[in-house]
Amino acid sequence: MEIVCPAGTPASLRAAVRAGAHTVYCGFADETNARNFPGLNFDRAEMREGIAFAHGHGAKVLIAINTFPRAGAEGIWHSAVSDAADLGADAVILADLGLLDYAAQNHPALRRHLSVQAAAANADMINYYAETFGVRRVVLPRVLSVPEIAAINAETEVETEVFVFGGLCVMAEGRCSLSSYATGKSPNMNGVCSPPSHVDYRKEDGELKARLGGYLIHSAAEDEPAPYPTLCKGCFTAGDQSGYLFEDPVSLNAEQLIPQLHKAGVTALKIEGRQRSASYVAQVVKNFRAAVDALTSGQPMPAGMLARLSEGQASTTGAYKKTWR
Amino acid sequence: MVCSKRLPFFQDRIPDAIGVLQAAGKTVALSSLALVTLKRERKMTAELAEMGVEIEINDLTALAHLPPKAPFSVGPLVNVYNESTLRWLGARGAVRICLPPELPLDSIATLASAARDNGVEVEVWGYGRVPLAISGRCYHARLHARPKDNCQFACEDDPDGLSVLTREGQPFLAMNGVQTLSDSYACMALQVDALAQAGVSSLRLSPQTGDFTKICGSFRDLLDGRLSGPELVNRLHADTDGLRLSDGFVRGARGADWSAAATP
Repeated sequence: MEIVCPAGTPASLRAAVRAGAHTVYCGFADETNARNFPGLNFDRAEMREGIAFAHGHGAKVLIAINTFPRAGAEGIWHSAVSDAADLGADAVILADLGLLDYAAQNHPALRRHLSVQAAAANADMINYYAETFGVRRVVLPRVLSVPEIAAINAETEVETEVFVFGGLCVMAEGRCSLSSYATGKSPNMNGVCSPPSHVDYRKEDGELKARLGGYLIHSAAEDEPAPYPTLCKGCFTAGDQSGYLFEDPVSLNAEQLIPQLHKAGVTALKIEGRQRSASYVAQVVKNFRAAVDALTSGQPMPAGMLARLSEGQASTTGAYKKTWR
Repeated sequence: MVCSKRLPFFQDRIPDAIGVLQAAGKTVALSSLALVTLKRERKMTAELAEMGVEIEINDLTALAHLPPKAPFSVGPLVNVYNESTLRWLGARGAVRICLPPELPLDSIATLASAARDNGVEVEVWGYGRVPLAISGRCYHARLHARPKDNCQFACEDDPDGLSVLTREGQPFLAMNGVQTLSDSYACMALQVDALAQAGVSSLRLSPQTGDFTKICGSFRDLLDGRLSGPELVNRLHADTDGLRLSDGFVRGARGADWSAAATP
């Protein structure tokens, strides 16, 4: 199985490749990708060097151009696709119908992957993208169980890639406006979710309160660590209950499900975290490479290596187990 | 459109409802499911194309089953953010597109202009709680500590969705099974002139508990010039205690913001 690793910076790209990544994915330093954070991503020269480095080590580079182009400014996204082709990217990861059409028409030889932001959650839809835009691989949304993934693979020739580690979206990706409701900035339009520019930490009444766009998302005792106020992982009240109504502050770790995902016909395992440091990326990649190599050689999965890297020290296998729903 | 498990409660009444509405001279469109994962949901989505009325797609699964060039409309949960996507959908047969609720006015204007050139009508979310997210997880079932497959219809007592407050008691969102809605009711009463100028041809009114017929009538009065925007807002407030309205998305602000926050 192929391991697809995040690279938010050239240093992370090199670290991931050296740690054994088969493939890295990255984005240009603008609003064309869904990790549009200050100090992250690649300018064109860095991308050229990154691709040369990866190719020199036998690894592939995928470029995520996975936000939805802004009306009246589509040229920015079209240049990103054209530049990805010129720079020799192994594939582009796209979500927008219009941009898929642009890429298929203008750069037919450039491999097209369907981003998780397109939330293609069944074989009919995946096959439709394949027939219409020549999509060769789909990154599955984080709403499917392992048996459902197996059923999809039985009905499509399109390769499937699934998230196995990192930040977990609770909502179907590319179909969530919670962030813009609270802050005006969204993943689809701006490539950001719960952006730091709208976060306010304040000590009040002996507690550390984390607000997003003025809404209280978390409060913690002053001496406790306060989690980042990602909206869907906040603590809220509904009816007579208070708590993490949408999702606990956990991150995804499906390492132990790798054999089942393999059996389900999954081609590639994706690690989230382009915003993470090079050393984090290297460590995660090493662990996953070891797990996949163990699988290939018929050895048992190494256990629990990644727990301490998980957000808030707690992890979940998410929708891969049906009870999550 | 939100959850296929709710369908058995009203499925049998759909043909009658279509008949009554059509007899009254209304155009009827049937909406497809927003997130299709199960086999029976795929089958149901395929069958929708054979119902003989306009289909509104809310997920591309429905499109896979519509014959090429067959006319259809596009719901607010399909991502239409730019002219290329709009043109592509128009060429595929889209005749009306309800834009994603988070779009600001300048994008709406650009899209409406492209729509005009492609024979497509543009619709904007005009009234009611805003659909903000859809998930594989059912939050109502989770709240009642039930698995989704045995939800026992945990959502049935909350036809408007269940209010989600911050720990400080600030109203924020509403859970509606697998869907998350805004707490506030979007209201385009004060944006109608700007939207009309931008080339928007219709407003979508989403029913909430209360006298929805009256609300529809009030919006008709607004569009026909018999009622002003502020008068409509006052009427809405008079009819519903504690109503919270919003129109921030259209103004490029936080979606929750309301341009007449001082209105009683």
